[in-house]
Amino acid sequence: MIRINCPYCGERDHSEFSYGGDATINYPSLDASEKEWTEAIFFRKNIKGFQFETWHHSNGCRMWLVVERSTVTHEIKSVKPCHPNLQKVAENNK
Amino acid sequence: MTKFNAWNVIKNGLNGQSYWTRQWRDPEPKSIYDVVIIGGGLHGLATAYYLAKNHNIKNVAVLEKGWIGGGNAGRNTTIVRSNYMMPGNHEFYEHSLKLWENLSHELNYNVMFSQRAHVSLFHSPGAKDSVSRIYNIMRLHGTDAELWDLKTLKKKIPHLNYHNSRFPILGAAVQKRAGNARHDAVAWGYARAADTLGVDILQNCEVTGFTRKNGNIESIQTSRGIIKGKKIGFAVAGNTSVLWQMAELGNLPIESHKLQAFVSEAVKPLLDQVVVYGVGGAHFYISQSDKGSMVFGGDLDWYKSYAQRGNLPMVQDVAEAAMAIFPSLGRIRLLRHWAGVMDMTMDGSFFICKTPISNLYLNAGWNYGGFKASPASGWYFADLIANESPHNYVQNHNLERFEKGINIDERGAGPDPKLHG
Repeated sequence: MIRINCPYCGERDHSEFSYGGDATINYPSLDASEKEWTEAIFFRKNIKGFQFETWHHSNGCRMWLVVERSTVTHEIKSVKPCHPNLQKVAENNK
Repeated sequence: MTKFNAWNVIKNGLNGQSYWTRQWRDPEPKSIYDVVIIGGGLHGLATAYYLAKNHNIKNVAVLEKGWIGGGNAGRNTTIVRSNYMMPGNHEFYEHSLKLWENLSHELNYNVMFSQRAHVSLFHSPGAKDSVSRIYNIMRLHGTDAELWDLKTLKKKIPHLNYHNSRFPILGAAVQKRAGNARHDAVAWGYARAADTLGVDILQNCEVTGFTRKNGNIESIQTSRGIIKGKKIGFAVAGNTSVLWQMAELGNLPIESHKLQAFVSEAVKPLLDQVVVYGVGGAHFYISQSDKGSMVFGGDLDWYKSYAQRGNLPMVQDVAEAAMAIFPSLGRIRLLRHWAGVMDMTMDGSFFICKTPISNLYLNAGWNYGGFKASPASGWYFADLIANESPHNYVQNHNLERFEKGINIDERGAGPDPKLHG
């Protein structure tokens, strides 16, 4: 079991969460070329090692999180709210 | 290499089994090959075999970082079927099934292919309509497919849970020519047959880098020295992205996920078919091995991973699905479970294609379905490497299909790799 330390709820089993995917994708502007959109939607770095990825606390607070996790050892280095402004709120509440 | 036949079995039986020769050589790497296949799994070994057999290209090496058949070849539930409906896919998998039917004779190696029928249960009128459509498409293309009503199903498999009120069994979609095979024998059979035709199988030979020259890959750095190949093929599903980035080719429409499988203790004959159960998010498939063990599996672990070990929530999911459909398994003990790393692609279909490097060819993206595909995968990958253009069946199984909008999405699940189960 992977334990994810949700900034809102505390440390929980990963079975409470749903895996999203690569958190580093930057979607291009609406008038960008098909090539750029294809790259953003379909192509992935598929990192072997630490990566930033999104998880949804679907059976908890239902917030989206950015987790830095190793895809080899499953060790987690950091967990943050997806939205930067919510990150500030989380820090102020500590 | 001593051929397996009745005469040799009797002769060796009388001589204390002392006249058998090695199954394949353990050669030192040559400095240059016509074709180097990276990956000594079923797909790589099959490719080498068909290069030598169908295309007379015999100066071939297969590079394997561990031992052959030690990756996903040994980490699957050995199911062989061809119940696909998308153009390209159904022809490809049907050809694969036909190759399976003659594989033991072809390789002079008993791969224990058992056409015991693949029985896919349905639990609602909607599911019946949906699966009928797929199985009708299969029949239109000459593949065997049939529907069993409840009466037939109860006669064939009397011990399923027919009293499940939440998901009542209404019948099953069946492919009788489908079944399973012995995974190790397939790897060894292809290795032995390829070796006999002159292919060098280089084990403990890990690729560590590539040297590029004039846009091509000139040589491969390995743990056993520098090896040159006029043409190079990748067949390393699970780790494709790692090699792809080693060759500085950027991103791929692939995520690596892990899929678990389970083996129980051996029991007396209990199940004659491969049974598949999939409702309400659960996904479960089970068969009985020739030794008597129940072999079964379920979904991915739902998060990206390169770890060849499974996680516990999926063990629970699979056990729950087993109990829902096969309550008689309740007291059976689990012997082993393991996970393999899958190339999950953005549309659930594979890649047999050229790459941006002119002497590099790609075989990847096998999702859940690599085992059954291995003979045809080798066949068409060898064809691509030898003829330098893809066969009609795999003409759209390339990396450009996403930009062109011709995704081959059997499930209609969209660009989320983990959903293409």
